[in-house]
Amino acid sequence: MTEQELKIQEKKAAQPGDENTKNECCFAPHVDIYETEREVAVIADMPGVTVEGIELSLEDNILTIQGHRVLQQQPGRILLEEYESGHYLRRFTVAETIDQERIAASLVDGVLTVRLPKTIPAQPRKIEVRLG
Amino acid sequence: MAFIRFTDRPAFRNPWAEFERIRQGLDELSRSYVEKGKGQGRANVYPALNIYEEADRLLITAELPGVKVADLDLSIEGETLTLQGKRDRRQNEAGVSYHRREIESGSFSRAIALPVKVDPEQVNARLANGILTVTLAKASAVTPRQIKVTTE
Repeated sequence: MTEQELKIQEKKAAQPGDENTKNECCFAPHVDIYETEREVAVIADMPGVTVEGIELSLEDNILTIQGHRVLQQQPGRILLEEYESGHYLRRFTVAETIDQERIAASLVDGVLTVRLPKTIPAQPRKIEVRLG
Repeated sequence: MAFIRFTDRPAFRNPWAEFERIRQGLDELSRSYVEKGKGQGRANVYPALNIYEEADRLLITAELPGVKVADLDLSIEGETLTLQGKRDRRQNEAGVSYHRREIESGSFSRAIALPVKVDPEQVNARLANGILTVTLAKASAVTPRQIKVTTE
C-alpha cells in the first residue's frame, strides 16, 4: 500500500452557546479550509446528517455550521461502542469579505462543502489627466 | 482512672485496613475516568465501530464520511468480517492555500471477529450519508427459539 492509512481521529465535543436541555452530544466536525483567488471553501465531515439537518449562517463574519441528525434509539444490546453519535457544531470567523448572495453548499456522502465566494473588489478606475 | 471497656476496642485491628481503603479510592477514581472517556479512544484501527446485538441479528455501524460505495469493500469469511476501503480527495488545484487540514485521506482495512455465528448468505450493507450499517442475520443454530409451555 503506497497510500497513507487512515487513523482514528478523536471526536471533540463542541460547546454550544448555551446548554442543551436534551442530553445529546454536540461534536465539532473535522474541517478542511482552503482559499483560492475567488473563494474560501470549507469542507466538513458530518456523517449521518441529511440535507434537511444542515443549518448554515454567516453573520458578522462568523460562519456557523450546524448539523442536526436524527439520533435513533440504539437497537438491541451494545456489544462494542467505539464512537458516539451526536449533532455537529462549529463556528469560524471569516476574515475575507464574502458575497453573501452567492454562498453555495453541497452535501455528499456525509461531507459538507461550503463555498464562500469573495466579493470582487471594485476595479480601480483610471483617471486620465489631459493636458490643456 | 480511665476505664476502657473491652467492647470499646475494635474487635480486630487490621494494620492493612488503611491501605485497603486507599486502594478502593484509587479504584473508584480510575473507574470514573473510564466512564468519562466512554466510547472514545478505544478503537485502534479505523474505522471506529459500534456493534449491537438483537435477538436474531447483529448490527455493525461505522462512520465513514467521504467514502464512496465503489471504494468500499466488505467480505465475510467464517466468523471474520473485513472492511476495506479508501477515501480519495481530489483538490489539487494550483493557487490553493490551505488554512486548515484536519481531514485525512488514505486507505483503511479492519477485520473483526464476529461474536456469534452468522449466516453468510444474509448479510446486508448500506452506506448512506457517510454511515455504514451492516446487518448480519445470526445463523439459525444460535437464534433463540421460543419454547411453548403447556399445561397438562
